[in-house]
Amino acid sequence: MSFHPLMVYDRQHFQKSERDVVEDGPAFTFTPERRAELDEIVTKYPADQKRSAILAALYLVQDQVGHLTGNGMRHVAEILDMTPAEVEDVASYYVMFYREPVGKYVLQVCRTLSCALMGAERVTEALSEKLGLKVGETDKSGMFTLLEFECLGACDRAPIVMVNNEHWHEKVKPEDVGTLVDDIKAKGEKVFTGCHLDIER
Amino acid sequence: MDPILTKYVREPNSYTLDFFLKHQGYDGLRKALAMKPGEVTDLVKASGLRGRGGAGFPTGLKWQFVLKDTPLPKYICCNADESEPGTFKDHVLMERNPHLLFEGCLIGCWAIGAKVAYIYIRGEFYHVQKLMEAELAKAYAQGYVGKNILGTGFDCDIVIHRGAGAYEAGEETALIESLEGKRAQPRIKPPFPAVSGLYNCPTAVNNVETLCNLPSILLNGVEWFTSFGPEKNGGPKLYCVSGHVKKPGVYEAGMKTTLRDLIYNYAGGPFDGRKIKAVIPGGSSVPILLDDQLDIPASFDDVAKAGSMLGSAGIIVMDDTTCMVWAAKNLLYFYKHESCGKCTPCREGGDWLYKILTRIDNGEGDLQDIDLLVSIGNNIAGKTLCAFGDAAATPALTTVKHFRAEFEAHIREGRCTVPAPWRASKAPVGAH
Repeated sequence: MSFHPLMVYDRQHFQKSERDVVEDGPAFTFTPERRAELDEIVTKYPADQKRSAILAALYLVQDQVGHLTGNGMRHVAEILDMTPAEVEDVASYYVMFYREPVGKYVLQVCRTLSCALMGAERVTEALSEKLGLKVGETDKSGMFTLLEFECLGACDRAPIVMVNNEHWHEKVKPEDVGTLVDDIKAKGEKVFTGCHLDIER
Repeated sequence: MDPILTKYVREPNSYTLDFFLKHQGYDGLRKALAMKPGEVTDLVKASGLRGRGGAGFPTGLKWQFVLKDTPLPKYICCNADESEPGTFKDHVLMERNPHLLFEGCLIGCWAIGAKVAYIYIRGEFYHVQKLMEAELAKAYAQGYVGKNILGTGFDCDIVIHRGAGAYEAGEETALIESLEGKRAQPRIKPPFPAVSGLYNCPTAVNNVETLCNLPSILLNGVEWFTSFGPEKNGGPKLYCVSGHVKKPGVYEAGMKTTLRDLIYNYAGGPFDGRKIKAVIPGGSSVPILLDDQLDIPASFDDVAKAGSMLGSAGIIVMDDTTCMVWAAKNLLYFYKHESCGKCTPCREGGDWLYKILTRIDNGEGDLQDIDLLVSIGNNIAGKTLCAFGDAAATPALTTVKHFRAEFEAHIREGRCTVPAPWRASKAPVGAH
């Protein structure tokens, strides 16, 4: 596997970037529980392939801080024997990592074709009106962030609003979103419905 | 045909190990472990099982390509990154029948000589992953996974790896890159993963549904499996029907079933008073078919003959309220957003296509924009490392091909000529 016959693109020969990641956010170390969880995940990969655990590590940072900070990424780099630039490289690629502070509840409306055919645009419009936010914005109190998301793989239950990267609200109608937002405000996580396939619930 | 893969998915507790064991659970694995690995590969090859992820490549052949005489470890990577728009079949299998997937992974590992199977599941399926991890722990505890499986001396681990939101991670080499802790960007092929895949070791990348088919092939044999479909398109197949139909959902059928049957009978047909305008038969990356092209078997070969692809069997139905310029724009936003950025034609071209389509949709287009779309599309397709480029160009090319008059009407009248009540007055802007 090489782009040029004289260059060997294996792990040892990769050019490592010297670029540093700016320190930002509060000083960061994992809580002992999260550190233990990460250490456990690292054991699932070959001993010389710690780097495979990077997505898991970044999720743990996000879980602890709310979004990915420079300090969080630097800490992950230390644990996984990577350069901070390598961590930032990965972190900036994946959409489920927030590089900036987000609200306590992140509402993401699936916007791709199947959801859009069933009225996702109007759901986003209604949410935008209800929250007084444009797509991509967080309200002043830090309660809600409104985002759009690409196909969630639940097209038969369109349109979908995903809350906090995990909880799916299915077959959402524009007229329902007022209740959804009010309920989340009043009762918090208890109103997350999750996946409707879960038939034992 | 009675469902096979999804037979029990609607029954309470069908996801548990106890339920699975009562319904021939891990019997296929038991049978496989009594055979030589090469015999298992031969059996799968003889069954003609084709990959359910999109390309329809024969699974047995893929396994045969995996290097045998090598000191390196080998791996199975299960592609559970299901993110092709319009596809939602693997979600059902994993949520309601996770042990079937574990069993399939173990059979695959035995056949190619791997000791670890990584299940790369998309990050948004976290609720499914938590359930799978709980069930996997039970399977470990009862000796179905881990050391000395079923007392045969075969050791094999299964690891569930969470992705973090990248459509491109569904491409096999990009999936491997992502598993290695890098950006999900495709590699140059060759070498193919079968020679140099995960950690530069021989690797087979298989879709969830593909692996889930293995236990029943082991139990019921080749003849049974091939009886379901046309030649070379055997076995049960999951179809995802979504969009403008009365009963969207996952339906299991043999590949002799016609697309019309799937849309009109299984999924209840279009809403009352509406007509079908266009159908995407295999996930958003494939060319559209018109209503009069639906009387063909929904098999890999027949759909290809009709000028499209069965792909991931994500059937998206659009009725006559749908503006095709808007539909192409919607998908191009997806492709421009999800392009990994490695190859210039896809990275830049996707963006251009989206901008031009937006212009036309807003009624600000120019007649030469239509030919420009075709020209750009043709300069993306086939000119990138992975199939993403072809996929990104397709929505623009296929809508222009079939609905050129609609594009011209937008430009002539300076407005969208097919406004639908379900669209927002002013389209919200973009995913992050």
